[in-house]
Amino acid sequence: MNPAGWIKEGVFWVFGTILVVSAFRVITVRHPVHAALFLVLCFFNTAVLWILSGAEFLGIILILIYVGAVLVLLLFVVMMLDVEIEKLREGFVRYAPVGAVVGLILVLELVYVFWAHALGFHGLAAPVPVTAGHDNTRALGTLLYRRDLYPFELAGMILLVGLIAAILLTLRRRTGIQSQNPGDQVRVQARHRIRLVSPKPPRRGAPT
Amino acid sequence: MASLALWVVLAPLLAALVTGLAGIHLGRRLTHALTIICVLASCILAFLMLLQVLAGARLDAPVYTWMVSGGIPFQIGFLVDPLSALLALVVTFVSLAVHVYSIGYMADDPGDVRFFGYISLFTFAMLLLVLANNFLQLFIGWEGVGLVSYLLIGFWFEKPTATAAALKAFLVNRIGDLGFILGIAMVFRYAGSLSYATFFARVPDLAGMTVALGFGWHVQVLTLMGLLLFVGAMGKSAQIPLHVWLPDSMEGPTPISALIHAATMVTAGVYLVARLSPLYIHAPEALSVILVIGSLTAFFMGILGIVATDIKRVIAYSTLSQLGYMMAGLGATAFAAGIFHLVTHAFFKALLFLGAGSVILAMHHEQDMRKMGGLRKYLPVTYATFLVGALALVAFPGFSGYFSKDALIDAVGQSPVPGAAFAHVLLLLSVFVTALYTFRMLFMVFHGPERMDAHTREHLHERPWVVTLPLVLLALPALAVGWILFHPLLGGSFFGTALATPAGINPLASFAHLSAWRFFLDAWDAPSFYLMLAGLAVAAYGYLWRPEWPGRLVARIRPLYGLLVQGYYFDAVYLHLGAAGSVLLGRRLWKWGDEQAIDGVGVNGTASRIGWLGTLVRKLQTGFLYQYAFTMVAALVVLVFWALVRY
Amino acid sequence: MIPLDDYLILGAILFALAVMGLFINRKNLVVLLMCVELILLAVNINFVAFSRYLMNREGQVFVFFVLTVAAAESAIGLALLVVVFRHRQSINVQDLDQLKG
Repeated sequence: MNPAGWIKEGVFWVFGTILVVSAFRVITVRHPVHAALFLVLCFFNTAVLWILSGAEFLGIILILIYVGAVLVLLLFVVMMLDVEIEKLREGFVRYAPVGAVVGLILVLELVYVFWAHALGFHGLAAPVPVTAGHDNTRALGTLLYRRDLYPFELAGMILLVGLIAAILLTLRRRTGIQSQNPGDQVRVQARHRIRLVSPKPPRRGAPT
Repeated sequence: MASLALWVVLAPLLAALVTGLAGIHLGRRLTHALTIICVLASCILAFLMLLQVLAGARLDAPVYTWMVSGGIPFQIGFLVDPLSALLALVVTFVSLAVHVYSIGYMADDPGDVRFFGYISLFTFAMLLLVLANNFLQLFIGWEGVGLVSYLLIGFWFEKPTATAAALKAFLVNRIGDLGFILGIAMVFRYAGSLSYATFFARVPDLAGMTVALGFGWHVQVLTLMGLLLFVGAMGKSAQIPLHVWLPDSMEGPTPISALIHAATMVTAGVYLVARLSPLYIHAPEALSVILVIGSLTAFFMGILGIVATDIKRVIAYSTLSQLGYMMAGLGATAFAAGIFHLVTHAFFKALLFLGAGSVILAMHHEQDMRKMGGLRKYLPVTYATFLVGALALVAFPGFSGYFSKDALIDAVGQSPVPGAAFAHVLLLLSVFVTALYTFRMLFMVFHGPERMDAHTREHLHERPWVVTLPLVLLALPALAVGWILFHPLLGGSFFGTALATPAGINPLASFAHLSAWRFFLDAWDAPSFYLMLAGLAVAAYGYLWRPEWPGRLVARIRPLYGLLVQGYYFDAVYLHLGAAGSVLLGRRLWKWGDEQAIDGVGVNGTASRIGWLGTLVRKLQTGFLYQYAFTMVAALVVLVFWALVRY
Repeated sequence: MIPLDDYLILGAILFALAVMGLFINRKNLVVLLMCVELILLAVNINFVAFSRYLMNREGQVFVFFVLTVAAAESAIGLALLVVVFRHRQSINVQDLDQLKG
């Protein structure tokens, strides 16, 4: 095996190991903030693995968009909420064995699927090495903006709907606080502020 | 030409739409003016169209494609040939006369705006039917006229008898339409197209092909097709045994009886058979059926006219009888003679109905002839025109009915179609019957002693010009149209290829070089003339000179008389067999099918089962998300396991 | 060269870990959301791997859409979380049993 292959395999093993370990930590750490940070680590490692397998665009957006936006949002929310951690940890030990058994069965089953030739993937021919001048990002963009344009636009709509839904869900009108309404301030006119009145002088001799 | 045909059809529709949607706001005078102008325009355009056709122009073209389904276009299109152009003119002309007449007849009716909307709509539907170039449009027009007929029979919807009659007409026509639509489906199945032209081109190929009806019974495709379509024609043209609705349809206003139930709609069946003559000449069995049913209708329905006392019913029975004549003519492959009789009949029968309407108006809506008499001197114009109509009806030489009916009888006599001899005898006897009931009606109404009460007599007078003008307008063609059309129609020069000619003996061959004048002179040689005179004589004896004689005769033949008054018990049989059976079936379906099966098991049963299931399932709904998640994961594990075992 | 199987096994392990996370953290809604993210990540790893080994970019397009939907899902999930917390001062799943039939 040539040195490049060695290096690649080494990178895969190192980052794959970190990925598994950090995923394990995500589900076991005590504090949700730590869990979120481990999740970030998971995503970083995944991004490395993706870039390794030639999906550099997805690796980069995983970090930029997903870690940069979504997970940071998650972190924000976790930190903002005043959570009683101890109560949430109740039953952790009790359920751990069940979870472990189920997880193990699942892993075994899935691995068996891959190895048992069941789906015909095992021993798939090694891919053609990426040559210079091959531009995966451009090819992906061509696909997205040409053939899959409508699904792409639809994805945009889904994000928009998600945006509106999130805002709508968290929006609340508080009473009893002072705030400014810029719209009203812009539209204000002189007569809203000053009212001119001409009081009649009291008549002479009128009872006061 | 296409736009001409389009406007012939659309002008009455325009009137109907405006009147129907906004007539209430327009008021009477405006709606009258609008509908009459539109129908007049339609009539003039139809005349222009006929002139173009005479000049040799033809049209068979779609104007609008409704939809294309499975590669088959469904189109609205027009076929303008001598047959359709002639009938379009007749329809619009009679419709115009009826429109004008209705101003007077419906003057004091609160619903007359609605009425005008209906008759314009009817004119539209009838023209659509006549000018169609495919079966689909024919069917649309066919149902359209049926609908308006229903609406107009039940026009006085406060009268229970009127609504019942409307319902009866509708239901009986459904039976006919069932056959009709099956026939159209067969046409579609075997010709692959609903267009006349394509179908006619395929007809020779279909000859000899058979279709299995089950039980090892095979029948010729064309025969079955022709019979099914004829069932539709039987419903619409009121042939035995689907005739029962027409006498009852007299519940509608009299102008309607003239327009729809005498001149135009009921002849749609005749038109259908004539239009499909290329089919029928290849289906001799169907022709025999048409011939026999037509002649039976002509004779037996005519006899009923002798005992009827309601003036409109007499004319209704005579319409039935004349429709039978037309059908018999068609069945004898004398298609031109059938259509000729249709045209002359349209004029003189509309005239008779409108005359009867005038009488009824003068008599304050009294329709019983036993309470009339001697009206001749009160209603001179009505009498004169009615007399013209009556003479045309009995085929008095020189009047239009003579040319068409005697030619028709002659043709039937020469026809090679099996059953023609039988039909010929029946039709000749019918001449006597026709004369008898016609002159009986004439004498009872216009001659003899005055049997009305004093109050009515004081108010007896002729109606305004809107009533009499249409009478005169229709009396002229009732006199003249026979002379004009005899040679062109029967000689074959007019219709050309629009009507098929039978392959063997053409019953109309002897008319090819016969002029109207020659035929008129030959009247004295034909037996029908003497039969007609005999009928006249009997009627004059019984109803002018010896009025007590019919009563004595009736007493002598009481059972027979009862049979006739009951219309051969057709209604009773239908009521007891058909209707009662339906009611029984309906009750079964209601009690058992609906209440127990559908309501009990279906509706309430479903609800209660689901409620029961719900109480079970709600125990699964703990509300804890993690339990749901666990269930999902467990299911996933099981599914993967299943997949592993399976593959 | 890294065999396809390695990627798939990695994905399977990640998936199983996430499912286990769903079990053992059954009270903490935030961690449950994170586990869902992990599940999607595992699926995405498989997609990318297949895309590479089948020489086909459909897989990457799929990952793209999965990421989009996951982003929307977590945004709405977090919004719901905030609303729940605002109402109950708790994100304990045990307290959320109003769906009970």
